[in-house]
Amino acid sequence: MIPTKEEWVKALTERHGEELQNAFSSATVAVCGLGGLGSNIAISLARTGIGKLILIDFDRVDITNLHRQQYKADQSGMYKTDALRSNLEEIAPYVEFETHAVRLTEDNAAELLRDADIICEAFDRAECKAMLINFVLETMLDKYIVSASGMAGLGSGNTIKTRRISEKFYLCGDGISDVSDGIGLVASRVMLCAAHQAHTVLRILAGHFET
Amino acid sequence: MVKINGCELDIAGKTLADYLSSTSYDPKRIAVERNGEIVPKSKYGETVLEDDDCVEIVSFVGGG
Repeated sequence: MIPTKEEWVKALTERHGEELQNAFSSATVAVCGLGGLGSNIAISLARTGIGKLILIDFDRVDITNLHRQQYKADQSGMYKTDALRSNLEEIAPYVEFETHAVRLTEDNAAELLRDADIICEAFDRAECKAMLINFVLETMLDKYIVSASGMAGLGSGNTIKTRRISEKFYLCGDGISDVSDGIGLVASRVMLCAAHQAHTVLRILAGHFET
Repeated sequence: MVKINGCELDIAGKTLADYLSSTSYDPKRIAVERNGEIVPKSKYGETVLEDDDCVEIVSFVGGG
Protein backbone atom coordinates (compact mmCIF):
# COMPACT_ATOMS: atom_id res chain seq x y z
CA MET A 1 0.00 0.00 0.00
CA ILE A 2 1.31 3.46 -0.92
CA PRO A 3 1.82 5.70 2.12
CA THR A 4 -0.12 8.97 2.29
CA LYS A 5 1.72 12.23 1.69
CA GLU A 6 1.49 13.01 5.41
CA GLU A 7 3.07 9.66 6.33
CA TRP A 8 5.83 10.13 3.76
CA VAL A 9 6.65 13.68 4.93
CA LYS A 10 6.58 12.57 8.56
CA ALA A 11 9.01 9.72 7.90
CA LEU A 12 11.45 12.01 6.09
CA THR A 13 11.16 14.72 8.74
CA GLU A 14 11.78 12.26 11.57
CA ARG A 15 14.95 11.13 9.81
CA HIS A 16 16.37 14.43 8.60
CA GLY A 17 14.94 16.89 11.12
CA GLU A 18 12.47 19.62 10.28
CA GLU A 19 14.96 22.31 9.27
CA LEU A 20 16.89 20.09 6.86
CA GLN A 21 13.80 18.47 5.40
CA ASN A 22 12.31 21.92 4.81
CA ALA A 23 15.47 22.89 2.92
CA PHE A 24 15.21 19.73 0.80
CA SER A 25 11.48 19.93 0.16
CA SER A 26 11.53 23.60 -0.81
CA ALA A 27 14.31 23.09 -3.37
CA THR A 28 14.05 22.72 -7.14
CA VAL A 29 16.85 20.78 -8.81
CA ALA A 30 17.32 20.32 -12.56
CA VAL A 31 18.92 17.14 -13.91
CA CYS A 32 20.27 17.69 -17.42
CA GLY A 33 20.74 14.35 -19.15
CA LEU A 34 19.05 11.19 -17.85
CA GLY A 35 21.69 8.55 -18.58
CA GLY A 36 23.92 6.75 -16.10
CA LEU A 37 24.57 9.92 -14.12
CA GLY A 38 21.21 11.65 -14.37
CA SER A 39 18.95 8.65 -13.71
CA ASN A 40 20.94 7.80 -10.57
CA ILE A 41 21.12 11.41 -9.38
CA ALA A 42 17.36 11.75 -9.76
CA ILE A 43 16.67 8.61 -7.72
CA SER A 44 18.85 9.76 -4.81
CA LEU A 45 17.29 13.22 -4.83
CA ALA A 46 13.72 11.90 -5.07
CA ARG A 47 14.32 9.55 -2.15
CA THR A 48 15.57 12.49 -0.10
CA GLY A 49 12.34 14.37 -0.71
CA ILE A 50 13.60 17.21 -2.89
CA GLY A 51 10.54 19.36 -3.63
CA LYS A 52 10.72 19.48 -7.40
CA LEU A 53 12.91 17.79 -9.99
CA ILE A 54 13.19 19.14 -13.53
CA LEU A 55 14.20 16.21 -15.76
CA ILE A 56 15.59 16.95 -19.22
CA ASP A 57 16.64 14.50 -21.96
CA PHE A 58 15.71 14.20 -25.65
CA ASP A 59 16.59 10.53 -25.93
CA ARG A 60 14.73 7.23 -25.64
CA VAL A 61 15.63 4.19 -23.56
CA ASP A 62 17.75 1.74 -25.53
CA ILE A 63 18.89 -1.78 -24.75
CA THR A 64 22.47 -0.48 -24.61
CA ASN A 65 21.50 1.76 -21.66
CA LEU A 66 20.31 -1.02 -19.38
CA HIS A 67 23.74 -2.01 -18.05
CA ARG A 68 24.11 1.27 -16.16
CA GLN A 69 20.99 3.43 -16.30
CA GLN A 70 17.99 3.17 -14.00
CA TYR A 71 15.49 1.87 -16.55
CA LYS A 72 13.76 -1.48 -16.88
CA ALA A 73 14.02 -3.82 -19.86
CA ASP A 74 10.36 -3.32 -20.75
CA GLN A 75 10.90 0.46 -20.95
CA SER A 76 13.02 0.20 -24.12
CA GLY A 77 11.79 2.68 -26.68
CA MET A 78 10.16 5.05 -24.17
CA TYR A 79 11.35 8.61 -23.77
CA LYS A 80 13.76 8.62 -20.83
CA THR A 81 11.78 11.48 -19.32
CA ASP A 82 8.60 9.37 -19.27
CA ALA A 83 10.31 6.16 -18.15
CA LEU A 84 12.26 7.82 -15.34
CA ARG A 85 9.27 9.81 -14.17
CA SER A 86 7.28 6.58 -13.94
CA ASN A 87 10.05 4.87 -11.95
CA LEU A 88 10.49 7.88 -9.67
CA GLU A 89 6.76 8.13 -9.00
CA GLU A 90 6.87 4.56 -7.73
CA ILE A 91 9.74 5.44 -5.39
CA ALA A 92 8.68 8.91 -4.24
CA PRO A 93 5.11 9.69 -5.32
CA TYR A 94 4.94 13.10 -3.66
CA VAL A 95 7.94 14.73 -5.31
CA GLU A 96 6.90 17.16 -8.05
CA PHE A 97 8.33 16.24 -11.44
CA GLU A 98 8.63 18.45 -14.53
CA THR A 99 9.88 16.68 -17.66
CA HIS A 100 11.16 18.01 -20.96
CA ALA A 101 11.87 15.56 -23.80
CA VAL A 102 14.02 18.07 -25.67
CA ARG A 103 17.69 18.63 -26.40
CA LEU A 104 19.01 21.30 -23.99
CA THR A 105 20.82 24.03 -25.91
CA GLU A 106 22.00 27.60 -25.38
CA ASP A 107 18.71 28.69 -26.96
CA ASN A 108 16.34 26.99 -24.50
CA ALA A 109 18.48 26.56 -21.36
CA ALA A 110 17.53 29.89 -19.78
CA GLU A 111 13.84 29.06 -19.93
CA LEU A 112 14.07 25.37 -18.97
CA LEU A 113 16.41 26.00 -16.03
CA ARG A 114 14.86 29.24 -14.78
CA ASP A 115 13.20 27.73 -11.71
CA ALA A 116 16.12 25.56 -10.63
CA ASP A 117 18.11 26.41 -7.51
CA ILE A 118 20.77 23.85 -8.40
CA ILE A 119 21.57 22.38 -11.83
CA CYS A 120 23.14 18.93 -12.29
CA GLU A 121 25.08 18.53 -15.52
CA ALA A 122 24.76 14.85 -16.42
CA PHE A 123 25.43 14.80 -20.15
CA ASP A 124 27.45 12.19 -21.98
CA ARG A 125 29.43 14.31 -24.45
CA ALA A 126 32.28 16.55 -23.33
CA GLU A 127 31.20 19.36 -25.67
CA CYS A 128 27.70 19.37 -24.17
CA LYS A 129 29.12 19.44 -20.65
CA ALA A 130 31.33 22.42 -21.50
CA MET A 131 28.45 24.22 -23.24
CA LEU A 132 26.16 23.96 -20.23
CA ILE A 133 28.83 24.91 -17.68
CA ASN A 134 29.86 27.97 -19.68
CA PHE A 135 26.25 28.98 -20.31
CA VAL A 136 25.18 28.71 -16.68
CA LEU A 137 28.28 30.35 -15.21
CA GLU A 138 28.13 33.19 -17.77
CA THR A 139 24.42 33.93 -17.71
CA MET A 140 22.67 32.35 -14.69
CA LEU A 141 24.70 33.79 -11.85
CA ASP A 142 22.29 32.80 -9.08
CA LYS A 143 22.47 29.05 -9.84
CA TYR A 144 24.73 26.40 -8.41
CA ILE A 145 25.94 23.88 -10.98
CA VAL A 146 27.21 20.41 -10.13
CA SER A 147 29.00 18.78 -13.06
CA ALA A 148 30.84 15.52 -13.75
CA SER A 149 33.88 14.58 -15.78
CA GLY A 150 35.76 11.28 -15.74
CA MET A 151 33.92 8.20 -14.48
CA ALA A 152 34.45 5.59 -17.21
CA GLY A 153 36.13 2.23 -16.87
CA LEU A 154 37.21 0.00 -14.02
CA GLY A 155 39.63 2.41 -12.37
CA SER A 156 39.53 2.60 -8.58
CA GLY A 157 36.35 4.03 -7.14
CA ASN A 158 38.55 5.97 -4.71
CA THR A 159 39.67 8.33 -7.48
CA ILE A 160 36.15 9.76 -7.95
CA LYS A 161 36.15 13.05 -6.05
CA THR A 162 34.19 16.28 -5.66
CA ARG A 163 36.00 19.58 -6.14
CA ARG A 164 34.62 23.07 -5.69
CA ILE A 165 36.09 24.91 -8.68
CA SER A 166 34.55 28.29 -7.79
CA GLU A 167 31.79 29.58 -5.53
CA LYS A 168 28.89 27.97 -7.42
CA PHE A 169 30.66 25.41 -9.62
CA TYR A 170 31.32 21.90 -8.33
CA LEU A 171 32.97 19.14 -10.37
CA CYS A 172 32.77 15.43 -9.59
CA GLY A 173 34.72 12.56 -11.14
CA ASP A 174 38.35 11.61 -11.65
CA GLY A 175 38.78 14.22 -14.38
CA ILE A 176 40.49 11.90 -16.84
CA SER A 177 38.67 8.60 -17.55
CA ASP A 178 37.13 9.22 -20.97
CA VAL A 179 34.27 7.07 -22.19
CA SER A 180 36.02 6.55 -25.50
CA ASP A 181 38.96 4.79 -23.80
CA GLY A 182 38.70 1.14 -22.81
CA ILE A 183 35.43 -0.52 -21.88
CA GLY A 184 33.31 2.60 -21.47
CA LEU A 185 31.02 3.10 -18.51
CA VAL A 186 30.08 0.50 -15.91
CA ALA A 187 27.11 0.86 -13.57
CA SER A 188 29.06 0.87 -10.31
CA ARG A 189 31.56 3.62 -11.19
CA VAL A 190 29.05 5.89 -12.92
CA MET A 191 26.80 5.45 -9.87
CA LEU A 192 29.68 6.51 -7.63
CA CYS A 193 30.02 9.72 -9.61
CA ALA A 194 26.25 10.26 -9.66
CA ALA A 195 26.20 9.76 -5.91
CA HIS A 196 28.90 12.43 -5.53
CA GLN A 197 26.73 14.81 -7.54
CA ALA A 198 23.53 14.06 -5.63
CA HIS A 199 25.38 14.27 -2.32
CA THR A 200 26.85 17.64 -3.31
CA VAL A 201 23.34 18.91 -4.01
CA LEU A 202 22.22 17.85 -0.52
CA ARG A 203 25.29 19.42 1.10
CA ILE A 204 24.68 22.73 -0.71
CA LEU A 205 21.05 22.72 0.42
CA ALA A 206 22.20 21.96 3.97
CA GLY A 207 24.69 24.83 3.86
CA HIS A 208 27.77 22.59 3.97
CA PHE A 209 30.14 24.02 1.38
CA GLU A 210 33.47 22.54 0.34
CA THR A 211 36.42 24.84 0.92
CA MET B 1 53.90 34.54 -12.83
CA VAL B 2 50.47 33.17 -13.66
CA LYS B 3 49.17 30.12 -11.81
CA ILE B 4 47.36 27.71 -14.14
CA ASN B 5 45.85 24.58 -12.59
CA GLY B 6 48.35 24.90 -9.75
CA CYS B 7 51.46 25.40 -11.95
CA GLU B 8 53.34 28.74 -12.00
CA LEU B 9 53.94 29.80 -15.60
CA ASP B 10 55.84 32.79 -16.96
CA ILE B 11 53.10 33.93 -19.34
CA ALA B 12 51.91 37.26 -17.90
CA GLY B 13 51.00 39.61 -20.75
CA LYS B 14 49.78 36.86 -23.05
CA THR B 15 46.08 36.57 -23.82
CA LEU B 16 44.19 33.53 -22.67
CA ALA B 17 43.60 32.62 -26.33
CA ASP B 18 47.36 32.79 -27.01
CA TYR B 19 48.08 30.53 -24.06
CA LEU B 20 45.37 28.03 -25.01
CA SER B 21 46.63 27.82 -28.60
CA SER B 22 50.03 26.74 -27.25
CA THR B 23 48.41 23.80 -25.45
CA SER B 24 46.47 20.71 -26.49
CA TYR B 25 43.20 21.86 -24.89
CA ASP B 26 40.16 21.55 -27.16
CA PRO B 27 38.38 24.93 -26.84
CA LYS B 28 34.99 23.21 -27.28
CA ARG B 29 35.55 21.04 -24.22
CA ILE B 30 36.76 23.52 -21.64
CA ALA B 31 35.58 26.07 -19.12
CA VAL B 32 38.05 28.63 -17.77
CA GLU B 33 37.85 30.35 -14.40
CA ARG B 34 40.12 33.27 -13.68
CA ASN B 35 40.42 34.39 -10.05
CA GLY B 36 37.18 32.55 -9.29
CA GLU B 37 35.14 33.98 -12.17
CA ILE B 38 34.21 32.36 -15.45
CA VAL B 39 35.90 33.82 -18.52
CA PRO B 40 33.23 34.02 -21.23
CA LYS B 41 34.20 32.07 -24.35
CA SER B 42 33.85 35.24 -26.40
CA LYS B 43 36.45 37.01 -24.23
CA TYR B 44 39.37 34.56 -24.51
CA GLY B 45 41.04 36.73 -27.15
CA GLU B 46 40.89 39.93 -25.13
CA THR B 47 41.63 38.47 -21.69
CA VAL B 48 45.23 39.39 -20.88
CA LEU B 49 46.77 37.22 -18.18
CA GLU B 50 48.35 39.22 -15.38
CA ASP B 51 50.90 38.51 -12.68
CA ASP B 52 49.37 36.63 -9.74
CA ASP B 53 46.31 35.56 -11.74
CA CYS B 54 45.00 32.20 -10.66
CA VAL B 55 43.49 30.32 -13.60
CA GLU B 56 41.64 27.03 -13.49
CA ILE B 57 41.05 25.29 -16.82
CA VAL B 58 38.47 22.51 -16.58
CA SER B 59 38.77 20.16 -19.55
CA PHE B 60 35.82 17.80 -19.81
CA VAL B 61 36.02 14.17 -20.91
CA GLY B 62 33.04 12.20 -22.21
CA GLY B 63 30.81 9.86 -20.23
CA GLY B 64 27.63 10.15 -18.28
